[in-house]
This record gives sequence, structure tokens and C-alpha cells, in this order.
Amino acid sequence: MAISSIQQMGRNSLSVIAGLGRAAFMLVGALKPSGRGVKLLPLLIKQLYVVGVQSLIIIVVSGLFIGMVLSLQGYTILVGYGAEQSLGQMVSLSLLRELGPVVSALLFAGRAGSALTAEIGLMKATEQLSSLEMMAIDPLHQIVAPRFWAGVISLPLLAAIFSAVGIIGGHLVGVDWLGVDSGAFWSVMQSSVEWQEDIVNGAIKSIIFAIVVTWIALHKGYDAVPTSEGISKATTSTVVQSSLAILGLDFVLTVVMFGS
Amino acid sequence: MSVSDNIIEISAMNFSREDRIIYNDINLNVPRGKVTAIMGPSGIGKTTLLRLIGGQITPSSGSIKFNDQELVNIDRKSLFKARRKMGMLFQSGAMFTELSVFDNVAFPIREHTKLPESIIRKIVLMKLEAVGLRGAADLFPSELSGGMARRAALARAIALDPDLIMYDEPFTGQDPISMGVIVRLIRELNDALGVTSIVVSHDVDEVLSIADYVYIVANKTVIASGTPEELRQETAPQIVQFMQGRPDGPVPFHFPSDDYKKELFNHGN
Repeated sequence: MAISSIQQMGRNSLSVIAGLGRAAFMLVGALKPSGRGVKLLPLLIKQLYVVGVQSLIIIVVSGLFIGMVLSLQGYTILVGYGAEQSLGQMVSLSLLRELGPVVSALLFAGRAGSALTAEIGLMKATEQLSSLEMMAIDPLHQIVAPRFWAGVISLPLLAAIFSAVGIIGGHLVGVDWLGVDSGAFWSVMQSSVEWQEDIVNGAIKSIIFAIVVTWIALHKGYDAVPTSEGISKATTSTVVQSSLAILGLDFVLTVVMFGS
Repeated sequence: MSVSDNIIEISAMNFSREDRIIYNDINLNVPRGKVTAIMGPSGIGKTTLLRLIGGQITPSSGSIKFNDQELVNIDRKSLFKARRKMGMLFQSGAMFTELSVFDNVAFPIREHTKLPESIIRKIVLMKLEAVGLRGAADLFPSELSGGMARRAALARAIALDPDLIMYDEPFTGQDPISMGVIVRLIRELNDALGVTSIVVSHDVDEVLSIADYVYIVANKTVIASGTPEELRQETAPQIVQFMQGRPDGPVPFHFPSDDYKKELFNHGN
């Protein structure tokens, strides 16, 4: 009993490590210069549309509501101290440092990451990847690379849009509804938000999340067992593992960036 | 038969997946310009054989030669170059679902040549005409029937004028008409384009009607080979069973199991 559970543990760790190795090989293979840069540009543009533009609605709507909720919650607390003038600072810093990168990455994993996994898994199941290989075209260059770059470019932009819309939502609730002074809202925000500390750090976070989420999604699809059950498992584990990775990494990055 | 008469030469090849041996010391030659069939029961790795020839997987040992060039442990660049001379028709067709039939056929040409679009258009229309689908050029794969999808995939497989076309179970799941169309196409394309064809299948009658040479693969190796006539004369029980589709014989109907009566009445002990 004890021995078999230790054996199982060993097998599990080995398969995790093997998976990491395959994921690394996939990424290296995809990012290696292929000498067909110009031909890949239309593929990248198409993926930017699918991965980025089509995620806009969920990002904008969620950003708006998160900003509104943040503003309402912040106001009810701040007003107790007579500090409701600082609402702009609270809303903008929460969004830029944390909620913008984190929530948009979580939404991105659910909206775009799962779609990438399912798409590539299905391509594998229907032998499209094999047939590319037989046509002497590397599927890593043709399929994986454009999707990877599209994810890495899209998510930081989506996170920026999320924060911007969130601040507008905060303004709607705080200023237009609850009556905080508009000038104070903006000027407090302007004086408290630092370029390096808040905006650059938030952007770094979201670039790292973009790499991790897109990488997980592509690897899960590429590595999926090519059956309907295998693809459904791969899609689920994309969302679960990306979400955990985002939250875990967010803590680490926050400690590094804001800890001292 | 001199060496260069064979487009594919497989010698002393072993292949195993995890612990299971798929091929044990198999030897197989594919003569140039002919239709060669590889037959055998399902699940013995006939598709695996095509993947081995295409270099998608590597054998544990042995040699696979294509046009006198060794494919085992070849570098990726040379392998990709060799693959441009191979066309493969996958069982599912493997059409790119987001591209129209025209763009699917044009895809390998656009990727591998710098031909102007006006010439690509002519080539694509000629390939589609050859499989009878010129009128379907603007349709998408989802709008095609199974038989049409396979023919469209065939047009794509011959787009770059390969030396070798590999057909993976081309007759599976086809109605009698499209089956007849595909049978005829394989033969006609082989003769008209001067290519070599390998057909992997377990549909005995269809295969014997078009093949010039047949290999029967079972028990991890080639158990019989010859022209269709020679195989029809064959008396070895294993081959007779396969050719005539008898349920029981050297390949047993029953999956290996314990004694039937014992298992029925022994429960609870």
C-alpha cells in the first residue's frame, strides 16, 4: 500500500517533468526563426483578431463592472473617514497594480486559452497537424507560433483596456452617482499613480501572465490525447492550470515588485 | 529487380511503441510506378507503417529508404525536402477547415513555391478537375460529403506532383458510388501522373481490383506478398481466412480468455 502510493507519486512527478520538457521543446521549436517571416504575418494578424479583438467584449464589460463595484465598495469605506476624495487613487491603483493584469488574464484564459487548446487539439485529432508535417510544413511554425505571439501581444493590451474602462466605471459610480468631486477624483489619481511603480509593473505582470497562459493553452492542445475525452480534459486543465499559475505568479511578482 | 526500381525499401525494420512490438524485422519494397497495397487486419499498425515511411515516427532499428535516400535518423531539413516528394491522403481527409477547397489545394503550392497567383490558380483548377471537383472549388470542407472531402484531400496531396502517394484506408466509410470513384481515381492518377501509390486498406475486393502488388501484414511482419492472382491461389490458412473474411481460423474469433465453463460456474470461489 505504502510502496504503491510512493510508486504512484514517482510516476506522477515523472510525467509532470516530462510534460514540462515537452512544453519547453514546443516553445523553443515554435520560436526558432523559420525563415518564413513574411508568410507568417497574415497568420499573426488573423490570430490577433481571433485571440485579441474577439476577447474585447468580455474584457470591456468585466472591466466596467469591476470598476463600478470597486468604486462603490471604496466609497462606503472611505466616506466613514471623510476620505472619499481619495476614491480616484484607490480605484486606479487597485486596477493598475492588481485587478487589471490579474482579472484580464483570468478572463483571457477562459475565453481565448480554452479556445486555443480546443482548436489545436481538434486539429491534432483530425490529422491536420500530421498532414501539415507531411506537406513539409512545421506545424510549430505554422500553427503554434502565430498563436503564441498573438496571445503575448493581445493580453497586455487587453489588460490596459480593462484598467482604463475600470477607471471610467469607477468614475461613473463615484462621481456621477455618489457625488465625489470630479476634479478631486482625477487630480488625486494623477498625483498618486507613478509611471514606473504602477503602470510599468502592471504591464510587466500582464506580459508574464500572457506568456504563461498562452504557453499553457498551446501546449495542452498540442499535447492533447486526440479523442473527444482527451480534448475536453486538455481544455479544462488549460483553464485550471492557467488560473492557478496566474494567481500564484501574481503573489510572487507582487512580493518582488511591492514587497520592500 | 535492381535497386532503383523500388521507390521505398524497408529492410530489417523493428518498431515498438512503449513495450508493445508493432513490427518485428519487417522487409518490404514498393516498386516504382505501381500500385502497391498493404493489407492486414485492423489494429496491426498499417497506418503506423505509412507514418514510418513519412518519417513522422522513427523505427527502433532498421532502414527505410525513399528514392535511395535513407530516411532513418535523417536531419529535419532533408526529411522535409524528401516529404515534398510524398503526398499522403489521411483517413479523415485532414482538410484545413478554415480554408476553402481551392485554398486547401493551393496551400502546399503557396508554401513551397514562389509561383505567381495566376499560375497557382491554373494548377489548382487542374488538380481539382482531375478529381472531378472543379465546381466545388469555393466550398468549404464542412460543406463536402465524406467522399468529396477525400477527393479534395487527394487533389491537395497531388498538388506538388509527388513521386509517391500514400493512401491511408481510402475506402473506409464510403458509399458504393464514392468507393468506386476512389478506386478508379487511384488507378488513373497512378497511371496518368506516373506516380507510385501505396494503398493501406483492409477492403480485400477493392484493393485486389486495383493493386499490382500486395503485401499482407500480420503478426508484426509480412506474412504473404504477391500479385493479386498469386494471393488468390494461396492456400496457407491464415491468408485464406483474411482473403475470404472467415470469422474463425488461425486468427481466433475469441479474444484470449480462461476456459468458458470454468469462468461461468466458478464465481464466488
